[in-house]
Amino acid sequence: MTPEALTEVEMITVVIDGFEVTVPKGTLVIRAAEKLGIQIPRFCDHPLLSPAGACRQCLVDIEINGRAFPKPQASCTIPVENGMIVKTQLTSPVAEKAQKGIMELLLINHPLDCPVCDKGGECPLQNQAMSNGQGVSRYEGVKRTYEKPVAISSQVLLDRERCVLCARCTRFSEEIAGDPFITLNERGALQQVGIYEKDPFQSYYSGNTVQICPVGALTGASYRFRARPFDLISVDSACEHCASGCAMRTDIRRGKTLRRLAGDDALVNQEWNCDKGRWAFKYLTSRERVAAPMVRGEDGELHETSWPEAIAAVVAGLAGKRAGVLVGGRVTREDAYGYSKFARVALKTNDIDFRARAHSVEEAEFLSSTAISLHTNYLDIDKADQVYLVDFEPEEESPIVFLRIYKQVRKRGISVSTNAPIISSGNHKLKAVRADISSVQLTEKSVILVGERAAETAGTLSAAKALAEKSGAKLAWISRRAGERAALEMGVIGNLLPGGRPVSDAAARVDMATAWGVKDLPTTAGRDTTGILKALSTDKSLGAVIVGGVDPMDISSDALTSLLDSFVVSLEISHSAVTAIADVVLPVAAVVEKRGTFVDWTGKPRSFDKAIADALTRSDVRILSMIADAMGAPINLPTVSATQREIESLGVWDGARASFTLVASSATPTVSGSEAMLYSYRQLLDLGALQMGEENLAGTARASVARISAARATALGVVDGDSVKISSQTGSVTLPVLISEIADEFIWAPRNSVDSQLIPTLGITHGSVTVVKA
Amino acid sequence: MSEMNGKSEIEKKISHGIEAAAAANKPLTAEEQATAGFFKQLLGFWVTFRTMFKKVNTVNYPEVKEPTADRFHGRHQLNRYDDGLEKCIGCELCAWACPADAILVEAGDNTEDERFSPGERYGKVYQINYLRCVFCGLCIEACPTRALTMTNEYELADDKRDKLIFEKEDLLAPLRLGMIPAPHPMYPGTTDTDYYRGAIKGPHPDQEVKK
Repeated sequence: MTPEALTEVEMITVVIDGFEVTVPKGTLVIRAAEKLGIQIPRFCDHPLLSPAGACRQCLVDIEINGRAFPKPQASCTIPVENGMIVKTQLTSPVAEKAQKGIMELLLINHPLDCPVCDKGGECPLQNQAMSNGQGVSRYEGVKRTYEKPVAISSQVLLDRERCVLCARCTRFSEEIAGDPFITLNERGALQQVGIYEKDPFQSYYSGNTVQICPVGALTGASYRFRARPFDLISVDSACEHCASGCAMRTDIRRGKTLRRLAGDDALVNQEWNCDKGRWAFKYLTSRERVAAPMVRGEDGELHETSWPEAIAAVVAGLAGKRAGVLVGGRVTREDAYGYSKFARVALKTNDIDFRARAHSVEEAEFLSSTAISLHTNYLDIDKADQVYLVDFEPEEESPIVFLRIYKQVRKRGISVSTNAPIISSGNHKLKAVRADISSVQLTEKSVILVGERAAETAGTLSAAKALAEKSGAKLAWISRRAGERAALEMGVIGNLLPGGRPVSDAAARVDMATAWGVKDLPTTAGRDTTGILKALSTDKSLGAVIVGGVDPMDISSDALTSLLDSFVVSLEISHSAVTAIADVVLPVAAVVEKRGTFVDWTGKPRSFDKAIADALTRSDVRILSMIADAMGAPINLPTVSATQREIESLGVWDGARASFTLVASSATPTVSGSEAMLYSYRQLLDLGALQMGEENLAGTARASVARISAARATALGVVDGDSVKISSQTGSVTLPVLISEIADEFIWAPRNSVDSQLIPTLGITHGSVTVVKA
Repeated sequence: MSEMNGKSEIEKKISHGIEAAAAANKPLTAEEQATAGFFKQLLGFWVTFRTMFKKVNTVNYPEVKEPTADRFHGRHQLNRYDDGLEKCIGCELCAWACPADAILVEAGDNTEDERFSPGERYGKVYQINYLRCVFCGLCIEACPTRALTMTNEYELADDKRDKLIFEKEDLLAPLRLGMIPAPHPMYPGTTDTDYYRGAIKGPHPDQEVKK
């Protein structure tokens, strides 16, 4: 908050339990009491949700200017006023008696489930019944019972007997996530939480309702009966699933991740996260994890071996060959730096790229000249008058960004527009409208959010940059994967060295060569992912490749075959398509097993510590350092901490940025008849590698459908639910139709979902396809 | 503390004690030995002699074993309901209460096909580490279903450390006549509440799992 904003707020002084406290106008009594360290018991009150006064547990005695309220009042709904004197349970016997009465009433129908309840041990109801309740119950009747538990989605289980009707979950769904699929039904003693019969509780944020439930009414299916709080070691961590940058808490029991919760970071994720971040961690303990280094023997099979032998095999394989490095977008900043330095110092090449997805030269230039220095952040969204989305679906590709935009749409009615031909269900919640990038009207307070898919259409990034310059709007580039911004900053791209130093700048090269203690660095800009794959397969100018966590199917359907003829070193956590063909496979630490830093889309570092203290796996940078030592070209990065220190000491480039040659937009191709333009993006919950093995999470993934306009449906003679066949030159997919708000010439299909994996089947993710009724 | 003759009360007492101890440790002088004659020595043997005719307290263990006191804290036991279902619900309260961190519990989810206990939850993994257990009995006090009790068995020594970590199958009570080993369904027409109230007095033929 700016100093001007601070002075504008009127301050109010109230007396609580005999102590004076001065708080801004509008502060609730319960919050003012917190400031004094006075804890008033509560269930429904949550600082990020609107006041409800539903549970009545926070009753206090209030008088204003000598006039007392006739009855105790709920302190979570009453804002402070001048001359207010509040007496909580600590000083007022009336308030204490009222609170005890409420607690007794709440417990009348609450089952004695604590021994079998997952909340037991960390339950606000248990705790406050002990601190503010009375020891005995006067109720002798039969408790109200319901069938239990009811699975309201594959992830969330509802036990209505335990519910205290605080409405936190329903308020969260409506106010924060915008998915009001969960609601309070019936009235009086029979009131209960329920879902609409037609719409299952399919929110991407449903896990937050489990976390904020003050009793065990909502529990997660994945954590059901797994542990008690005293079994767990909780470690602050950062989320590896997207570039939103959520603070997380990882709970470990005996070396195994059992649960992940949203951490508290007011500037980033507040107290929320998405279900993918919360529940997609089974890949950590998957049977597919690579356990030991493996070298392909003469029999053509991989054999487990020792680290020195595996390193020796890598050195022998790389000898005399020119090698490229494909890193993937999921690395930490330290690992990215390791790859970058390894490529330049040990392999003496700039052929390194983190983009395991559609990319272009235009994008590389945009990233190295513009995106690397962008610092637009969540606060800019909070202040924006308009948000323009360029090839970016916030709910699917960066869910916490979606929550921030949704908050402002609800609070201030800001307008949201998108260049996508379709208004997706997420954007529908944002009341987004379609607006062409050439005609959209923005102001200096607007924010332009550019997604990674902007690289797929030539000219989009140039147009977005031009739009930002023309209007003065703030620009941000949001990758889908968590490691891309860090990889960019660490120079894991052909035209940049660490810290944004352009390869083409001689001074920048000298700068880095001095820091690294080498004579010189390669001068020509490196090839991108496509270029490296081409060099490995067709012109054979590269003979070897180091591959980090890359799924070749993210790049193209023939990317894997391009690797077949060369020496492949794979640094992986789990067995994959690449390890199946690799000559040497080196196991690396997954995110809970190492220290590191992710850099979120705003450029903010999100450091995390090793969650499993006795994990034996090693971070990529340590392994690369061992290889470099064995090659006789040491990179001297033996630990993550040493790498962090080296990155700190380098600083960022203060010279001229890399150049950006604007590219003209290509004309929109016209379609006719059964032809359509394919538009696709990845859904948040799909067949992604990090979601493997988590069936409960997969159960709430959105169904695979082909979205077409009403006009095309009429032309094809199909209605909702009928199947259509989408064909390209290489193959086809058949999907049920859903008539949606989409431009007539387009068809939308999910990119990597069940029954709809576009790269292996169609070979393309965008462009012209044929659509017929199936 | 009062001051007397330059020495405090406590210092005096300490010096008396030291003097008395020194006197007791001093060997007998020849004069003293001469006065302590034969009868005085016989008086010393009298205690030994008298004890020979007293009731013997020790037994010839391990050939002869005495029963322990009724409430002796011995090895634990995980009890069953009368139809054979397990009483343990895997709540971990025993592990929570344990001051020696000797108990490890991991709970599981009862399904219709595989039911080990009445209700939703059962103890899937149950281990007691008898290298750590101090037999204080706080665990059995904590148990909400009386699943965990202590037997009078005390012969718990062994020659390997890992043999002293008892698993669930080592701790489960033996099946009494008529009991059906879990997993099997609940008594027809009952709920978990009936079990907790002690209404189940034996198994029903329908509870037998057909293989």
